[in-house]
Amino acid sequence: MGADAAIGQITDAKKRYAAGVLKYAQMGYWDGDYQPKDTDILALFRVTPQAGVDPVEAAAAVAGESSTATWTVVWTDRLTAADVYRAKAYKVEPVPGQPGQYFCWVAYDLDLFEEGSIANLTASIIGNVFSFKPLKACRLEDMRLPVAYVKTFRGPPTGIVVERERLDKFGRPLLGATTKPKLGLSGKNYGRVVYEALKGGLDFVKDDENINSQPFMHWRDRFLYCMEAVNKAQAETGEVKGHYLNITAGTMEEMYRRADFAKELGSCIVMVDLIVGWTAIQSISNWCRENDMVLHMHRAGHGTYTRQKGHGISFRVIAKWLRLAGVDHLHAGTAVGKLEGDPMTVQGYYNVCREMTTKTDYTRGLFFDQEWAGLRKVMPVASGGIHAGQMHQLLDLFGDDVVLQFGGGTIGHPDGIQAGATANRVALEAMVLARNEGRDIAREGPEILIEAASWCRPLRAALDTWGEVTFDYASTDTSDFVPTASVA
Amino acid sequence: MRITQGTFSFLPDLTKAQVAAQVQYCLDRGWAVSIEHTDDPHPRNTYWEMWGAPLFDLADAAGVMGEIEACKAAHPADYVRVNAFDSARGWETVRLSFIVQRPAEEKGFRLDRTEVEGRTQRYALRHRAGAL
Repeated sequence: MGADAAIGQITDAKKRYAAGVLKYAQMGYWDGDYQPKDTDILALFRVTPQAGVDPVEAAAAVAGESSTATWTVVWTDRLTAADVYRAKAYKVEPVPGQPGQYFCWVAYDLDLFEEGSIANLTASIIGNVFSFKPLKACRLEDMRLPVAYVKTFRGPPTGIVVERERLDKFGRPLLGATTKPKLGLSGKNYGRVVYEALKGGLDFVKDDENINSQPFMHWRDRFLYCMEAVNKAQAETGEVKGHYLNITAGTMEEMYRRADFAKELGSCIVMVDLIVGWTAIQSISNWCRENDMVLHMHRAGHGTYTRQKGHGISFRVIAKWLRLAGVDHLHAGTAVGKLEGDPMTVQGYYNVCREMTTKTDYTRGLFFDQEWAGLRKVMPVASGGIHAGQMHQLLDLFGDDVVLQFGGGTIGHPDGIQAGATANRVALEAMVLARNEGRDIAREGPEILIEAASWCRPLRAALDTWGEVTFDYASTDTSDFVPTASVA
Repeated sequence: MRITQGTFSFLPDLTKAQVAAQVQYCLDRGWAVSIEHTDDPHPRNTYWEMWGAPLFDLADAAGVMGEIEACKAAHPADYVRVNAFDSARGWETVRLSFIVQRPAEEKGFRLDRTEVEGRTQRYALRHRAGAL
């Protein structure tokens, strides 16, 4: 879509800098001929302009408000290399099948950003444009982060490869579970759940997002009992085990105190919630790097701004920021479970987490090639309403490098927590074995599970209990380039 | 007790045909298969004894199967595992690892505790076969 000539940039400096109000495109925030530089940061926004607002002007306004502009002309622009610092909207296209919505591509010069600071990046890109009145709604769909900028971040402290080497676990997804009920258990009872699940066959158990230090269980009690459970399970199985100790707290000082205690007790992993904020995430990531600790990120709160297609931020962008900021595990959706997530879109998040270079793929919501420049890979976590009966779908969708977390699907097993864990582990190993033997697990999966259940009673009971449970609802956050799908 | 290290420890011991199928899967991906054995399966015992160098440039699982059988025959009371190594950039690590032989009786581990401040414990795993 070309720019309306009437709203192109005014090049006569006298007219351009005369006091008053100009359209953003006239101020120079639209350049339909702009060729993005390799070092530019690129952003793709979905905008819904108010009635009567030209889409090109809307795109220019987004570029302006997320870089140097304000609502009126200011002469102080002339004291700067303003043409360089102005972000440039350079392409606008209607969103397929969504009347009134437009994709706008915006390029930002690298010097607009401080090195190694997600806080600075986000203050620009999502600072105030999302409240801008001429837009009914605005969503940040994707970003391209140039290698020059990626290299200013340290990234995941551990990454998929080193985590697997530390855990001595290869060739299959890892298995986890979140302790349930997530609130109310005493430390001693909580540790019991951890022990049973680990001994039964899980690799990890996890604190939930809102377990911190409440009246029913103070954090030190939880850490002590959980590490007793982890060590005892290691002795019973001869296998490395872990429990994500949630160190989320009200201040950084308190988070460091909890992290130090986790380390003192010999934990191999700690976790924080997304709601601690970007600066806290980068700080705790540095701490993990200094202390040989895997960092698990629970994306608590993201649904408030990632789920609705019209307004907010796509989770693929959050995943990119988190890979830069440096987390090792990231909850990235299940596609088949109880929480939002269309399979193609979720696979797009997984690609962001795990690939050396993420390739453009519109059907998975990836609008740019992203070179990760040697930044380590993040292990995605699939958690929320999944069970052993879906093992073939999960392995087929996500491959080996994922943590599959079955909370209710372990703890709710009719024969107990150990049996629940064993059912999941047997289902997983049987499926990996069959896939490697060349069987088509997407098609033969149910049959493979039934074969394994013939000699594994816990798996038989799990399939009898949950085999028919699906969450077959249409997703809200889907690709605009494929028909909405559900795998359930 | 049954040590559950390795990819397929929760399944019944793999038959030779099943092992060969897994080895073939690895070779088909260009991974180098290696064989290792130990009498100390402590989970932090990273370096098991190598049964020769990794078998690079093989296409057929039959060659690997011969080496697996030779290792098992030479060390009948040891744990024996098969690893597959991927040298591709971004991996450069083991991609699959599974146990193909266990001792007739698996001794398991004892958990030793040392009390320190508060209720904090220091834990140590001791392999029962090696413990005094």
